[in-house]
Amino acid sequence: MRYRLNVNDATREVDVPPEMPLLWVLRDELGLVGAKYGCGAGLCGACTVHVNGAAQRSCQLKVADIGQAKIHTIEHIGATPVGERLQQAWLKIDVMQCGYCQAGQIMSACALLGRNARPSDAEINSAMAGNICRCGCYHRIRSAIRIAAGLAEEDGHAA
Amino acid sequence: MPRELLAGRLDRRAVLKASLLAGGGLALDVLIPFPVNALEAQGAGAARLSAFVSIASDGTVTIMSKNPEIGQGIKTSLPMIVADELDCDWGQVRIAQADLDQARYGEQYAGGSTATPRDWMPMRQTGAAARAMLLQAAALKWGVDAGELATSKGRIHHAASGRSAGYGEVASAAAALTPPELSTLTLKRPDQFTVIGRPVVGVDSHRIVRGEGIFGVDTRLPGMLYAVYEVAPAHGGRLVKAEIAAATRSPGVKHVLPIVGNGDADSGLADGIAIVASSWWLANEARSKLQVEWDLSAAQGHSSSVYRAKADAAIASGAGADLRVDGDPTGQLAAAARRITARYDYPFIAHAPLEPQNCTARYADGKLEIWAPTQTPQRGLDQLHKVFGIDPQAVTLHLRRCGGGFGRRLVNDYMMQVVAIARELPGVPVQLLWSRHDDIRRDYYRPGGWHHFEAGIGAKGELVAFSDHFVTFGDGKTTARAAGFNAAMPPAGLVEHLRYSQSMMPTVVTTGALRAPGSNALCFASQSFLDEVALAAGTDLPHLMLTLLGARREIAPPGGGVPFDTGRARDVIEKVIETSDWARRPAQPGRAKGFAFYFSHRGYFAEVVEASVAGSAVTVHKVWVAGDIGSQIINPMGADNQVRGAVIDGLAQALAGQAIEFVDGAVQQSNFDNFPLARMPATPEVDIAWVRPDKSPTGLGEPALPPAIPALTNAIFAATGTRIRSLPVRLASA
Repeated sequence: MRYRLNVNDATREVDVPPEMPLLWVLRDELGLVGAKYGCGAGLCGACTVHVNGAAQRSCQLKVADIGQAKIHTIEHIGATPVGERLQQAWLKIDVMQCGYCQAGQIMSACALLGRNARPSDAEINSAMAGNICRCGCYHRIRSAIRIAAGLAEEDGHAA
Repeated sequence: MPRELLAGRLDRRAVLKASLLAGGGLALDVLIPFPVNALEAQGAGAARLSAFVSIASDGTVTIMSKNPEIGQGIKTSLPMIVADELDCDWGQVRIAQADLDQARYGEQYAGGSTATPRDWMPMRQTGAAARAMLLQAAALKWGVDAGELATSKGRIHHAASGRSAGYGEVASAAAALTPPELSTLTLKRPDQFTVIGRPVVGVDSHRIVRGEGIFGVDTRLPGMLYAVYEVAPAHGGRLVKAEIAAATRSPGVKHVLPIVGNGDADSGLADGIAIVASSWWLANEARSKLQVEWDLSAAQGHSSSVYRAKADAAIASGAGADLRVDGDPTGQLAAAARRITARYDYPFIAHAPLEPQNCTARYADGKLEIWAPTQTPQRGLDQLHKVFGIDPQAVTLHLRRCGGGFGRRLVNDYMMQVVAIARELPGVPVQLLWSRHDDIRRDYYRPGGWHHFEAGIGAKGELVAFSDHFVTFGDGKTTARAAGFNAAMPPAGLVEHLRYSQSMMPTVVTTGALRAPGSNALCFASQSFLDEVALAAGTDLPHLMLTLLGARREIAPPGGGVPFDTGRARDVIEKVIETSDWARRPAQPGRAKGFAFYFSHRGYFAEVVEASVAGSAVTVHKVWVAGDIGSQIINPMGADNQVRGAVIDGLAQALAGQAIEFVDGAVQQSNFDNFPLARMPATPEVDIAWVRPDKSPTGLGEPALPPAIPALTNAIFAATGTRIRSLPVRLASA
């Protein structure tokens, strides 16, 4: 089946089965490898993208159900003010260890700040609970979100 | 200089060789010394070179990073060492990932927290040698003595004349010089370091936050196809026959290849059916259309319940082969004023790195090119030779960033599988990716184990005798991979009368090293039991440990190896007693602190966990860590992250419910719903304090993990009176 998708503010055409999850359309058809495969079951959040601004697990979205929804991925997020602030905060305290989950973490964080510009720690915990970091960088993820939200001065690497 | 620094130096026979970069600039090679016969076998002039540093004429310094990056930060920290001795500005440095070429770069391996102790001195010498050559080139240019020159941030200065030059201006001239003798190199004093010891952002981090494709699974090649590898539903299963026609007709599928391995799933190639398609998802979808007959007879009886029953029988028999006997443990245990016994166990657990196993390969014209996220690329090359007879000279192996390692990628089974496929499809690049289910059910698991402890306590509360009968897995002669005991485990060497013994049972399940192998399990069992001993003796675990450690001295393990320094152990224990305010116990009922200490992978770590228990729910509030990995933390930015990650990892092993279980060799877990990992809401506050003795720096991937688990379970006992003797923690609801 042919589909016309709105990905990162551009129209992209693919010819794939209707059940193919968006994750694999992005990775194997469109060459956008920033969204990662971790579980294939919506359990880890590594594949998180934005669908009309909301964080969604792209491994659970069938291409046939996307229609004209606006898809944004980590490759594009730096072009948004919140996304850029998050990227800078991530680098300021060097959040990552292996880094594999971080695209999904940033996408979830970006959606959070999009709907709640000044989240509490409890709200951050709740919004980020679906994103696994196997290396355990959770302190720094939380700190980077606070920095990007203007809630914390840089509190050093020992975030 | 501390004695042990010398051990890591470049061999005195090593010589340096300089060469010009294309387009000008200096490339400094270090000739790694080889046994004479090896050099002769290569023929004259076949000296194999190791290149780490090059400097372009614009002053840009390129440093080769030789080791696999798995999240431990080595791709940043080793080049930091080179850059510091080179005395250049970190901002002018570019890092390039080296392909596998151990003759050129030395050991390229990520495991056992070994890289820092092994490479600390050679990396310093490499940087210092390049700096010496740049100085010499400037001295010749200006007609002055090199001793009159100084360097700073990638520039050379001559104070007397006020002249200065950037490294790039003299790099070409430096490349024409004879490299210095290693013995003439002057290394910096620690107070002169400008890069080492400063928090440095990871060299790939800016690419990661933009979603660039730098991981193994992101490898994209023109015309590449994607593959899955269907293996038997139980460990030890063999392929009998496969009906592949339906799968072959599945959308997008290009090839379906039944592959008969060599019967050695542990270190060879497992039987499987490869499905190769235009997209990974299409390949994976076609699996359901396979009809495969497997021979699962070897897996019969390999069930968790059977393993438990066998362990019960082994412990009840009291038998076991002695691993270590000091003094008269039998007599002293019998004669002790009090004797306490307890049994501990822990399950198999999976590594579950977030990037599932994968590998990409292209085979063409007798040449093999591989893009591998692996911790042990050389072992992969050796295994390819063993399994397929592939000439290592015909292989180019690119190291790709790994989305976590934790020991899983010490084994290269996925590399064998993708090469088996690529050999069938000459000229076609193939990327093999495992599903999460594949990754959970075909791990090289941290093996389960059982311990029966006995301790004899004297009339004055002193520990007089100690024994541990360990039940593990093996063929009766040797233990399975990562299923061995550590005969130096405390309190060995600290108590006069001691027995460590071992029984084993066979398993068809593949086992392997998980972060802090051995220690991650032995520390839980032994430090929990010693907590019982301490309380029975009327003291607490940190003070029992301090008493046992006694005077400051080094204890050599039986059979050689890294000595245990009781003074360094004392110092971290005393430090965490102080930082955690150990003497102050939480006032709230159901809330308490627990302590544990361990020495592993050359690191000394003492940790205190404060936790509360309400019904079956455990909340960890705070963890205090005191660690000693030598005089120098190379990158504090990374070190802090490693410790936090290790603590969170250990707590999740105990609290999240991690256990891999088998029924007739078939793994019962499949994904993160039934093999849970740590998540943000459960993350406690972590306080880290370093003790920095005048000892050579050692690694940090592992040693902070082991004490986190018994510190937690000892806290649970202190809070509730319930002793956790089995992992994962499962408390009954109140």
